[in-house]
Amino acid sequence: MTKVRVPAQLRTLTGGVGELSIEGATVGEVLKGLDAAHAGFAERIFDADGGLRRFVNVFLDEEDVRFLDGLATPVTGGQTLSIVPAVAGG
Amino acid sequence: MDFVSGLRCRECGRTYPAEALHVCDYCFGPLEVTYDYERVASVISRERIEAGPRSIWRYADLLPVRDAAPVDLGAGFTPLVRADRLAAELGLGELWIKDDTANPTGSFKDRVVSVALTKARQLGFKIAACASTGNLANSVAAHAARAGMDSVVLIPHDLERAKVTMTSVYGGRVFAVEGSYDDVNRLCAELTSEQPEWAFVNVNVRTYYAEGSKTLAFEVAEQLGWRAPDHVVVPIGSGSQLTKVAKGFKELYEVGLLDEEPSVRVSGAQAEGCSPVATAFAEGTDAIRPVKPNTIAKSLAIGNPADGWYALDTIRRSGGACAAVSDAEVLDGIRLLARTEGIFAETAGGVTIATLARLAAQGVIRPDERVVAMITGHGLKTVEALTGVVGPTATIAPTLDSFAEAMAADAASTQRSSL
Repeated sequence: MTKVRVPAQLRTLTGGVGELSIEGATVGEVLKGLDAAHAGFAERIFDADGGLRRFVNVFLDEEDVRFLDGLATPVTGGQTLSIVPAVAGG
Repeated sequence: MDFVSGLRCRECGRTYPAEALHVCDYCFGPLEVTYDYERVASVISRERIEAGPRSIWRYADLLPVRDAAPVDLGAGFTPLVRADRLAAELGLGELWIKDDTANPTGSFKDRVVSVALTKARQLGFKIAACASTGNLANSVAAHAARAGMDSVVLIPHDLERAKVTMTSVYGGRVFAVEGSYDDVNRLCAELTSEQPEWAFVNVNVRTYYAEGSKTLAFEVAEQLGWRAPDHVVVPIGSGSQLTKVAKGFKELYEVGLLDEEPSVRVSGAQAEGCSPVATAFAEGTDAIRPVKPNTIAKSLAIGNPADGWYALDTIRRSGGACAAVSDAEVLDGIRLLARTEGIFAETAGGVTIATLARLAAQGVIRPDERVVAMITGHGLKTVEALTGVVGPTATIAPTLDSFAEAMAADAASTQRSSL
């Protein structure tokens, strides 16, 4: 099971819950599992081509999955997957 | 009464009321403040602005919040300096420096923070927070103190000393995070979900915050006699400032303050060690690939710039360019600006000047253009970068002989005249 942290913007889909445990062998499988458990996630975080939307960042532990293998990145038990909106800085 | 009509997602177009929202609930796209420009146009005038305070608040009609007593240290209305000596060195014609080192905490961030915290206070927030590469930290801590708000500032642990001191002195909480700015940013984005009562100026209040950067364009146009320049060079960290500068010139025309529709070429400046936007521009792609930053220009060291795509789009549509310069060029840029115009910029300013020089040499920026370069932060913030690069001509004994000897040695070893 992978622990998934859900940002405030998506908690309407989970009944207000911010942390869930989801099965899956890759980042993409876990995110699809999230949609299976709480319908509506997929259309919010994936674009029309099935990739991550431009302003959705996903971190496996502390690493942006775009630096890893993206949605194909393997996950092992005990890791935390965080969905985080992209924010500006300075 | 402000003239805000609401918030609109830049990605999917969904609209929202003007509340403490920063991303589209649906697609996470950034929200943009929309205004009722007809109503603005019916009240705004050059005279009304010119009679206003000598700060960003003279443009309140085009800002997302109005307050009789804003959270204000006097940000904005900084000098626009004609830079003939620098222009001559670069083979350019009419060149101006927008000297934002003159802001209260030494960077353009005072513009955005004054707007953000004024809006945050109006929305009922009591605590000001931010993720910062340093300049924003300085400004949030100072403005929060001014407003009597508590502050919580998160910075990467390896920032320049001056930026850490200039944040800590105001008495708020400062957390040095063992990680890069992108790590700090992620932490703050997650904290925002857990601490909804905190106003993270560049996270949950970012929609309003970002609007403050438009005042750079407003001031430039006013200071040029209500004319837009032909070309501006803007440094890129998150990409927000560049897109807002372009928006600012458009708005001035929209509300009738400019006689001619502006056609401003917007060029972006990045350091080689953190150049996701310049790389996408050079490769002709739409995708901004995140990078792990490694540059002395720490205030621009954002490897995953949230507004990078919009900055890229603005640059391309305007006919501008985007360059990435080496750290050595950054140091040359800082010294060139200081030597020719008497303005001491931080490393981000060195990035801007080096990019200006590069694009001028390539003929992208032309001698027939009226050019403005945005110098967004003061050199005292990043003195470490110049350690061992500049220093005293000589260390001497307090005697006339010692002085004469050192003068002669210097005249012999440099191009300088013997006076």
